[in-house]
Amino acid sequence: MLSDIVAQYTQDSTSYHGDLAFSSSNAWQGDVAKQFGQLSFDLPNTGNPAEFLHQYTDVKSDHDALIKLAHGTTTLAFKYADGVVIATDSRATQGSVIASQSVKKIIEINPYLLGTMAGGAADCAFWERELGRRCRLYELRNKERISVAAASKLLGNMVYSYKGMGLSMGTMVSGWDKTGPNLYYVDNDGTRLKGNLFSVGSGSPFAYGVLDRGYDHELQKEDALELGKRSIYHATHRDAFSGGYVRLFHMNEDGWEFISLTDMDDLHWKYTGDAAVTAS
Amino acid sequence: MDFAALAPSANSVMPSVHPTSQAKEAAFSPYEDHGGTNLAIAGADFCVIASDTRQSNGYHINTRFAPKTFKLTDKTVLTTAGCQPDCNMVATRVRQHIEWYKYTHNRSISTAAIAQMLSIMLYQKRFFPYYDFNILGGLDEEGRGAVYSYDSIGSMERVPCQCCGSASALIQPFLDNQVRNKNQKGKEEVTAFDPVAKLSLETTLKIVKDAFTSATERDIYTGDSLQIFIVTRDGVEEQRYPLKRD
Repeated sequence: MLSDIVAQYTQDSTSYHGDLAFSSSNAWQGDVAKQFGQLSFDLPNTGNPAEFLHQYTDVKSDHDALIKLAHGTTTLAFKYADGVVIATDSRATQGSVIASQSVKKIIEINPYLLGTMAGGAADCAFWERELGRRCRLYELRNKERISVAAASKLLGNMVYSYKGMGLSMGTMVSGWDKTGPNLYYVDNDGTRLKGNLFSVGSGSPFAYGVLDRGYDHELQKEDALELGKRSIYHATHRDAFSGGYVRLFHMNEDGWEFISLTDMDDLHWKYTGDAAVTAS
Repeated sequence: MDFAALAPSANSVMPSVHPTSQAKEAAFSPYEDHGGTNLAIAGADFCVIASDTRQSNGYHINTRFAPKTFKLTDKTVLTTAGCQPDCNMVATRVRQHIEWYKYTHNRSISTAAIAQMLSIMLYQKRFFPYYDFNILGGLDEEGRGAVYSYDSIGSMERVPCQCCGSASALIQPFLDNQVRNKNQKGKEEVTAFDPVAKLSLETTLKIVKDAFTSATERDIYTGDSLQIFIVTRDGVEEQRYPLKRD
């Protein structure tokens, strides 16, 4: 009974049809969820849609295109003895304008899976939402939770089928499954890497500097969280495309846990205060 | 291109390639910026959505009254800025889907559902974006004001207040200061995570009018007249207010 319902909202589960259909009418007739099960995107009527898109939108924040897209920036995640620490900033820029200082760059895919957002905000939000839908269907079909490896591969395969079309997404999929804590890096080229420690975005070189200095697999939870927070802070201090708030999450065997949201200004005075104390 | 060389003459052979196949394709340029500014502010039990009505193209003013704010339902209003045809198409299609929702589910659609739907509709044009910046304003399920801000391909965020369009860089800092009390010692700040601003409707309307009269002085694409939509539990009320026409 349930599997009949699931089947209604699923295509053939063995293949993914990521082909782009040119459709002039996007009528969502009848059941919207069914329509959404078959993704289709409008294309410009030109020989090379990707070139067209590149001409009018800013793929990175560094050129002055007509249509400015919101971009995300410093994100990090690392695995250690007790789980995974996930931390991000919260700034979105459109060209040189700060579009928002309050972006949610950690996306809750389900209670055991988190994704992060770097690159195009809409790309990350849309595809990780779609990933959440597919993970839910997987659960209903198989009566068990999807592994982090499988979930990250779903995401990787989805964006890989649009390779070269101009998607911009650098994400870390983290979660807890039968094998314990897991962390994968997935990006719009189709790269998918398993690892212990990643940082993604324009602020990542600065975050890596602090992170590599303090990282130890045997860190206490409290120290690990502090390291994540401090790494993001230092990245926002040197990278103009990063800023706002540090958003901090922790992944343990019961799923993800929201830890804190801290204003960068408060952190600055806290940390510069610390430095003054240790210097004297 | 040397057309003379391609033209068949009496004593020349026809070129092996037909002339029209060598014609160069003109650049496909579907976008135009029509200027204009919109804003929306969420209050405790109301939402104010406003936009100017000037439509221009470069230094030429097309018309002084081209509304770009659309009442969608009794509790939701959409305001758009960018390329007028794209703006109209977005509004038309959102309205169409609101109709379909009503027929499918036999109830009227909530502001939050419209917000998510708009995000997906914008993303469907990911590879051929609408040149259109949207703000959705209305009341949420608890009757509080709700403002959703978007980029052109569907990145979405709920905020207490937002301005977009040609004068957004002039007005947004003013709203941060006056509506959100940002960086003002002794005043309680409304953070970006708070859903609504702590202002009365009367004060909100004053701020909106001040924002637009000031922006009109400094932005050539903003002016002529101001449309203000006030959403309360009683429905949507529209007010008009003149702006400078120079």
